[in-house]
Amino acid sequence: MSRAALILALAAAPALAEPDAQALERLVKQDCGSCHGLTLRGGLGPDIRAQALGHYEAEGLMSVILDGVPGTAMPPWRPLLSEAEAAWIADYLLNGESE
Amino acid sequence: MSLVRHLFGGAAPAVLRTTPPGYPGPEEAGMTARLHRSRNTPAGGIRHLARALAVGLFALAAPMAQAQATGDLGLVVERASGSLLVVDQSERARIGRIEGLGDLSHASLVYSPDERFAYVFGRDGGLTKVEILEQRIVARVLQAGNSIGGAISDDGRYVAVSNYEPGGVRVFDAGTLDLVADLPTGSKTIGLVDIPGTRFVFSLWDAGETWIADLSGGRPEITKITGMGKNPYDALVTGDGRTYIAGLFGADHLTALDLWQARPTPRVILPGYAQGREGLPVYKMPHLEGWALAGTDFVLPAMGQHELLWVDARSLQESGRTKVHGQPVFAMARPDGRQVWVNFAHPDNDTIQVIDTLTKQVIHQFEPGPGVLHMEFTPRGHEVWLSVRDAGRVMVYDTETFEKLREIEAESPSGIFFTARAHKTGL
Repeated sequence: MSRAALILALAAAPALAEPDAQALERLVKQDCGSCHGLTLRGGLGPDIRAQALGHYEAEGLMSVILDGVPGTAMPPWRPLLSEAEAAWIADYLLNGESE
Repeated sequence: MSLVRHLFGGAAPAVLRTTPPGYPGPEEAGMTARLHRSRNTPAGGIRHLARALAVGLFALAAPMAQAQATGDLGLVVERASGSLLVVDQSERARIGRIEGLGDLSHASLVYSPDERFAYVFGRDGGLTKVEILEQRIVARVLQAGNSIGGAISDDGRYVAVSNYEPGGVRVFDAGTLDLVADLPTGSKTIGLVDIPGTRFVFSLWDAGETWIADLSGGRPEITKITGMGKNPYDALVTGDGRTYIAGLFGADHLTALDLWQARPTPRVILPGYAQGREGLPVYKMPHLEGWALAGTDFVLPAMGQHELLWVDARSLQESGRTKVHGQPVFAMARPDGRQVWVNFAHPDNDTIQVIDTLTKQVIHQFEPGPGVLHMEFTPRGHEVWLSVRDAGRVMVYDTETFEKLREIEAESPSGIFFTARAHKTGL
């Protein structure tokens, strides 16, 4: 998908009732997985499986996703994700099926 | 070499596959047939297979005098399914699959000097030795919790693995995969390469150091070089083993070492290349490898800028910049150095740009498909293979005409590795 198409797709998503779970799950595995590992056990970035994120509230995690962690390799995803999508990912990481 | 070509090759097969080759799908088979006909050689398909088998049976009666060559074979990592495709570069075909290698996200591999074995470094800390001809796993150890690539020593005796968890490098006997040396670093290690003299070089993400481990005497001797810069994320060594360049995530420059010096000292290159400009988000770390040398310049991906940085290889002074489509991940010089092919981080990873080395201008741009993760040139560069993860395809292109020559089905393909790497320092 080109960047324009992606932005269009993501911009369209909040208008729908639910974020596209399948696309977001794929994004978590493939793209978060670039640093955190396909299984989310960590790589250059830390382990982000549910048991490793116990100290996060959903809202805090959502802001880490949207704004990144300055001074680290965690980038802000706000240019690519809506708040609803970041909230979905935070919930997925804390409560989802990622082991 | 494919089975069909092998059987028609004029000599008897001495090595029989224990795993049958994977045959192409209908579409691929059609392409195979057309291409083969155009070259006036036997084609795929049932009829030809029957002929091949007949000739094969006949050939079996002949003296078994010939071994099967591996010089034009390769392996493609199928990251999600933990398998490797065995491919034939000359035939542009897959000829088998090796399964059971664990988590292969971000996996890489190196070859034994005889190009018969590959050592596969999995993300889950697995080190797996596979036999390419028999298409099987011959040894496998889970050597760490989380690893990120490896290297094989110049003499083929040792395989070293770079680990995130626990941080450090472990060295194994290439024959048995027995542990030979454990080199804890207290830091995530990256940029592990081999250099002449049975030595390995690697860098420490957390500590900003580069270590040289000399295994020529059996027991490792370590030379530590401090002050490489903040958060080296990957590194490369030139084919002569002389220049080691570390890319930095946490600093606005790169750092080079002259490994021919008795006591290499860090040298800052491209200081302040992003100064005064907003750092763009990096959704995937770039990779550095020895293919960065294009003609007389190194071509390096910028960090947080959508550009390539050119550095004169002798003076290490900046020699140009090229604006590109996104955050570059791989900037790979074609083996002759005449072109540089670039892929990009999410969300621009559907695109490839080709840059002319003389003019440093983009001369071609195209979209092979969603998720172009890796490229591998044929050893002399006439063709390039691209992994297009989300299309489930490896695509083969002519590097002069940019014509697509073949699509090969693969499950979430990532790294492509041809056996010719066996003879290259730093790959």
